[in-house]
Amino acid sequence: MSVELNRRQALMGAGALVALGAVGVPAPARAANDAQERLMAFTGGVQPQVGRVMLDMPEIAENGNTVPMHIRVDSPMTPEDHVQKVLVLADGNPQSGVATFHFSPMAGVAEANTRIRLGGTQNVMAVAQMSDGSFHMGSFEVRVTIGGCGG
Amino acid sequence: MSTPRPRIRLSANEISAGQVIDVRTLISHTMETGNRRDGSGNVIPRNIIHTFRAEFDGQLVFECAMEPAISANPYMQFNVAPPHSGTLTLTWLGDDGMEVTATEEITVT
Repeated sequence: MSVELNRRQALMGAGALVALGAVGVPAPARAANDAQERLMAFTGGVQPQVGRVMLDMPEIAENGNTVPMHIRVDSPMTPEDHVQKVLVLADGNPQSGVATFHFSPMAGVAEANTRIRLGGTQNVMAVAQMSDGSFHMGSFEVRVTIGGCGG
Repeated sequence: MSTPRPRIRLSANEISAGQVIDVRTLISHTMETGNRRDGSGNVIPRNIIHTFRAEFDGQLVFECAMEPAISANPYMQFNVAPPHSGTLTLTWLGDDGMEVTATEEITVT
């Protein structure tokens, strides 16, 4: 009798988590890493404006060891107006830092593709610093089936 | 570990002025995160490629400061719009002092 109740409780709990996922709220019970500190250190305490930074990733990643990441920032990339740096953070990994991209106007387009490790379902954020000193950001929630941080 | 040879592909080596070239690179490297433990429970030390840099005739085009969350055998794609003919130099730098360099000649007509 007690085994049956535990199973029902477990299923209800799992259902609740799935429901949360369907609404788009990241799954709880994941300790916060240093993403917020890294973000504030990068911007000097300024909250970035959301927009202009496009982060394109798979909605569901089967293998967390190698998840494609495509970043593109809306910018003319002229000497007068270009993207200088883009910091990428993952808020659910052991350490939040993923990479910092540096661009010069000679890149022509503020764009990069690489593959990253994600230890579980989480938000990936990209924060861009423009040549005029402003900060812009985009984020993407990736659901990870099998985590890939080797831990 | 022997020095890995990178694989590089440019969308074009000869372009007209103003065109943008797509550059794709791949290099073999375990990108050991420093989070893993061996069979005895000892931490396997971090050993990653920490920097990828692309320069054209000595001027920085693109650079990626890489952290352990970059996957093993790092793939890196970026773009370059060279103002004239010259040499694209790609450099990978690793924690253990690894340094790999490759060049590509680009002609702009």
